[in-house]
Amino acid sequence: MLFQDVVFWLLSVVAVGCALGVVLTRDLFRAALLLVAVFIAVGGFFVLLNAEFLAVVQVLIYAGAIAVLIIFAVMLTRDVQQGNPPNRLQLPAGVLSALLLAALIVVAIDTQWSFLPGEDRQSVELVQTGAVSTIPAESLERAGVSDAAAQEAVEDAGLADLLIGQYVLPFEAVSVLLLAALIGALALVRPHSAAVDGGAPQSRRSSGGSNTPSVIPPLRERAEGGPDAD
Amino acid sequence: MSFEAFMIVAAVLFCIGLYGSLARKNVLAVLMSIELMFNAVNITVVAMAKYLAPAGLQESISTALTGQVFAVFIITVAAAEIALGLGIVFAMYRTNESVDLTEASQLRH
Repeated sequence: MLFQDVVFWLLSVVAVGCALGVVLTRDLFRAALLLVAVFIAVGGFFVLLNAEFLAVVQVLIYAGAIAVLIIFAVMLTRDVQQGNPPNRLQLPAGVLSALLLAALIVVAIDTQWSFLPGEDRQSVELVQTGAVSTIPAESLERAGVSDAAAQEAVEDAGLADLLIGQYVLPFEAVSVLLLAALIGALALVRPHSAAVDGGAPQSRRSSGGSNTPSVIPPLRERAEGGPDAD
Repeated sequence: MSFEAFMIVAAVLFCIGLYGSLARKNVLAVLMSIELMFNAVNITVVAMAKYLAPAGLQESISTALTGQVFAVFIITVAAAEIALGLGIVFAMYRTNESVDLTEASQLRH
């Protein structure tokens, strides 16, 4: 227990310190790297909270995919070194955040939480750590789950069963949302096509180069060897 | 390492994210702050799944996993949000040549 406490406080210091760095530093690239540190610390929290699968997902999706996307976006924009100044709302935002923080801490300490009763704790822990794996019989015995029906219930409970069973409607909705978001993102970053320009692609493209400054040259120009080819 | 400690750390992370999303000019910094807030909520949800007694635990032990299912959904929505958000950032940078939120008064050009 002491070891877990030490790890918890270490992770807390890393997470809060790096999060402060993310919002306070002026260098956007450093902010993105500190954000990766926060993501990994949060993955450590998930391990402490019996959610090993979520910890893996956190490292893969957040620290892997999302962080790479953000760093990519940072590198494609200008003024990375000094690109993150505070705006005029700094003081009201700080006051609002501090007030909300105080309220949240009071709520967290003051509320009469209905904690898990002691006799259920071990089986719940088994279910949560075995969310994506099979639970060996000896660990069921060690946890004191001796009743056959209870053993079967603990073994049967799994994240995938819930996702495809009880929560199948939100699961499908979120997959449609993901698809829509990806298609929307593609449509947003795509260069203006001939269909959008109303049947005059040639004139539009030659004049569009000057008044719409673009990060990425349109696909056709790149295929022809870059914008300086014509 | 009590339940309240997890809640307080999550609250601190959330408020840092809130401050960052309100007080920064750069839209990328705002997106990063929103990701911080998503992570804080995830910690809260998973901590509640571990420490609190869900309704209906006696009927079905799998309710102990509800918090983790919610966290999976939150992570998915966060991934969709960042993909779309970065698309908008690129569109904005292409039209305005700037990622300054205080200068962005319109989405079209």
